[in-house]
Amino acid sequence: MIRIPCPFCGTRDHSEFAYGGDGAIIYPDLDAPMQDWHDAVFQRENICGRQVETWQHVNGCRMWLLVERDTMTHEIYSVRPAHPDMAQALEVTA
Amino acid sequence: MSATRLNTGGRIDRSQPLSFTWDGRSYRGFAGDTLASALMANGEVVLGRSFKYHRPRGIMSAGVEESGAIVTLGTGNRAEPNTKATIAELYDGLVASGQNAWPNVRNDVGASLGLFGRFFSAGFYYKTFMGLPPFEWGRGTGLWMQYEKIIRKAAGMGEASRQADPDCYDHVHAFCDVLVVGSGPAGMSAALQAAQQGKDVILVEQDFDLGGDLLNRSDPKSNAIRAELIAALTAAGVRIMTRTTAFGLYDYGTAGLLERVTDHLAVKPDHAPRQRFWTVRAAATILATGALERTVAFENNDRPGVMTANATRSYLNRYGVLPGQNIVLSTNNDSAYDTAGELARAGAKVSLVDLREAIGADLSEQMNAAGVTVQTGLAPLKALGGKAVTGVQLARLQGDTWVAVETLPCDLLLVSAGWSPVVNLLSHRGGKPIWDQDLSCFLPAPCAENVTMAGAAAGHWSTEHCTASGIAAANLAMGQKVGAIAPGGWNTPIKPLYEVRLSGQKTKSFVDPQHDVTSSDIRLAHQEGFVSVEHLKRYTTLGMATDQGKMGNIIGLALMAEALGKDIPAVGTTRFRPPYTPVAIGALAGRNTGSHFKTLRRTPLHDWNLRHGATMTDAGLWHRPWYFARRGESLSEAYIREATTVRESLGICDVSSLGKIAVQGPDASEFLNRIYSNAFAKLAVGKARYGIMLRDDGMVMDDGTTWRLSQNDFLLTTTTTGAGKVMVWLEELLQLRWPELRVHVSSVSDQWAGVSVAGPKTRAAIAACLEDPEAISAENLPFMGVMESRLRGGIKCLIARISFSGELAYEIYVPADLGEAMMDQLWAASEPLGGCLYGLEALGTLRIEKGHVTGAELDGRVTIDDAGLGKMASTKKPFIGSALRQRPELEREDRPQLVGIFPKDHSDSFNGGALLCKPDEISGFGEGWITAVTHSPALGHWIGIGYISGGHDAWQGKSVTATDPVRKGDVMVEIVSPHMFDPKGERMHG
Ligand SMILES: [Zn+2]
Repeated sequence: MIRIPCPFCGTRDHSEFAYGGDGAIIYPDLDAPMQDWHDAVFQRENICGRQVETWQHVNGCRMWLLVERDTMTHEIYSVRPAHPDMAQALEVTA
Repeated sequence: MSATRLNTGGRIDRSQPLSFTWDGRSYRGFAGDTLASALMANGEVVLGRSFKYHRPRGIMSAGVEESGAIVTLGTGNRAEPNTKATIAELYDGLVASGQNAWPNVRNDVGASLGLFGRFFSAGFYYKTFMGLPPFEWGRGTGLWMQYEKIIRKAAGMGEASRQADPDCYDHVHAFCDVLVVGSGPAGMSAALQAAQQGKDVILVEQDFDLGGDLLNRSDPKSNAIRAELIAALTAAGVRIMTRTTAFGLYDYGTAGLLERVTDHLAVKPDHAPRQRFWTVRAAATILATGALERTVAFENNDRPGVMTANATRSYLNRYGVLPGQNIVLSTNNDSAYDTAGELARAGAKVSLVDLREAIGADLSEQMNAAGVTVQTGLAPLKALGGKAVTGVQLARLQGDTWVAVETLPCDLLLVSAGWSPVVNLLSHRGGKPIWDQDLSCFLPAPCAENVTMAGAAAGHWSTEHCTASGIAAANLAMGQKVGAIAPGGWNTPIKPLYEVRLSGQKTKSFVDPQHDVTSSDIRLAHQEGFVSVEHLKRYTTLGMATDQGKMGNIIGLALMAEALGKDIPAVGTTRFRPPYTPVAIGALAGRNTGSHFKTLRRTPLHDWNLRHGATMTDAGLWHRPWYFARRGESLSEAYIREATTVRESLGICDVSSLGKIAVQGPDASEFLNRIYSNAFAKLAVGKARYGIMLRDDGMVMDDGTTWRLSQNDFLLTTTTTGAGKVMVWLEELLQLRWPELRVHVSSVSDQWAGVSVAGPKTRAAIAACLEDPEAISAENLPFMGVMESRLRGGIKCLIARISFSGELAYEIYVPADLGEAMMDQLWAASEPLGGCLYGLEALGTLRIEKGHVTGAELDGRVTIDDAGLGKMASTKKPFIGSALRQRPELEREDRPQLVGIFPKDHSDSFNGGALLCKPDEISGFGEGWITAVTHSPALGHWIGIGYISGGHDAWQGKSVTATDPVRKGDVMVEIVSPHMFDPKGERMHG
């Protein structure tokens, strides 16, 4: 019963969103060596506590969001658009 | 127990008599009764049989903690087992029956034969069946099954109806500032305080009336407090919900409520749901959930006529029933004295025994005045009597040991061993309660969330304290500073008491009567090495019945602590889980049943297909035509005819469910080049290309064709089932990984109606429908060509010359609203040419003959090479999945690879899902599996496709067995190339 404040739509129940994954992962270039891809895809942290996650407001504005959440308490600290231009545009309007 | 209905008093409405039946007999009660109070007033004593031992059980309480009067309400498809008679509101025509007994609860053959007494001590299952299956698989499975059957029959609760639930249930969402659970003095005061400060308040009460313990009082002062609070709450605009249980607390102030809408009505209105399942999101929550009175473990403490003390106050003052004439009340605290006085004043002979040596002078005076005899230093050792209590043997504590003393005759034995605050909902939030030595109960710990406990739930015993704590809780919830109010409120401290027994004696003293867990079971568990309370719970099943140990948990903990030589807090508590009281599965499902169980998707051609004889089938969420039977045809006759017709003349198939995504923008071709394994950068305008998408890990994600409509405008198609997943994936890539790409994607699946028209006569049929028939000449629209054109009447359409069936074929898309107009034209042109409409079954046949893959083959575990499409993976460019698809494990030659499968004997057939094995090694997972089968009209026999390790090269000419042990048995098969028909693809280029 997490509620996520979508920067575009307002606060909505998590059932409108789809969880993506660990938002801290930086995916390698497509032509990067297999080892880099292996690490990015398979070597994942299982964080207890605060982490940045990707969520998509799939039954809403369909924007991908970076959600800073505590995996223990479900507390959400921040939500921002994943697309950097979108994030910047929101900051300018704010 | 000789209960009588009083002529006056109580909250029942004597002018509204109700009739109901219990175990087939008719009885009378009054509006305002519960089933329990009405049965008690009618002199019924044995209302249930216990879970394991079939012991007779009567009413033990007056609330949700009931563990004796557990009954089945209703009959047929409305039968609801394991309902507590103490909370079942009486209505005219109610039908109730006893359970776990034959022929009935009064005379249970099982119990009189004494069949059960020797079995079923703690760990009975584990010990008896250790070494037998299922613990050790092998011989003896049958033996276990026999035991299981007998035990299941002997031990149990009510039987659920096997018929469909005829009622409907609603899901409702609500928001509020403050949610208050419980309408006793604390809850009502809290709700009022918050509402008067302008908060939007919801007050929830599980009972059908407001007041909590005030309902159990008859004094004018209590009645006045209750009436004033109710009037004020209504005036303050509090949303009051009775017959509503807050069964669970969840993250972010979310509460789950179950509202019983029609359960109490004699005539259930058609328009109303039976129950409503509420999801309430509250900024603050106040739990004024009260406390439950505890009992004591002593011999035969489950006899009908043994009850908690305060429950009788409820029967007397609320329901106008005097539960006994000759009453012994055993207590260790002050709370039972008012009850004793009231019972005596109502005409009963009451003897009070208090464990404590000394009590307050005020209490002595009060008892004197009421005519109650009081003895101190005593506790009940054993209840006498069989199906009803006839007396109690008392015991006195000498040093550390109990000594049996006198016996008192009685027809009702009341027990009060202290109170346990209802901390269940707080426990749902992870709040661990703290043991309070002085009050001998668990008190709630402060919660990190905005959840506050008030009233008896926080250990406040008097009405005044409860009211004050309710107001304080409201202020705290609203963020104001409040001073702490000390819990408690008794003059003479409680003297803890959990069990009374003579040392060394083995007795049936029940700790958890609902699951028949005795104090001996607890000690046995300890003796066998169970020291953790969580293990104790599971081994003995203490607290695992429908009441979650509301009555027995504390006694169980205390006995475990004693056995371990520790104190109660050191032993710890188990965590309560939702729901607080049982919730019907129907309420959880709400309206999501039957055809509303999942989303139903129909194509724009749905009605047209039905009008033309389609039999539909489910394909994921979609309803798609399965086959178009002509008069008298079976499924197999129809699909074989359809597939044959496509190869001989032509057929039309609705493919509107394919996913369609518009990929647009200056960087669209670069984007496609990255997501597809094959080259897309140089796809010409007016051309389509088949593409395969991999996941990051190198496995195949989806496939489909992409059409370049103009320089920056592509139409990407996906499989029907992959549509949603691919859209999400493209959005993720564009927003998260490659934000610099100037590409926009939008789903246009619902905007287009699409058909595939396939077969040698296709071109003529389509030409007849086009404004410019020349547009689809072989020169104007070559294989894999795409163009925009117009059907007659000016209907704009997209035509792509692509083939799934292996024939000359086109896909034609028109705006969804014009789908039927397109079909009318195409069918009018095709029918005279001998064409047909075809469905999914024939589509499957055509693609299996060609060895084309679908979701059954691309199941997320296969690489592009496994699927035989390795040549689709570019070596000249990187793409998603290009790095990890080259993992050594994925390049092994013995990986399962796509193959075609023929039966050795061409008159044979086989099933999808069969395993492919070496003929002399039919075991385990085999060497491969069959994904799809069909009868091939082109080849004249059954064929299949599937995977086998090493693929066609490894198995060519070798014998293989397709094994399907539970359906078809073994069939000898031959492994062939997956391209079983027209392997060179000459037909589709025609
Ligand atoms: Zn949104």
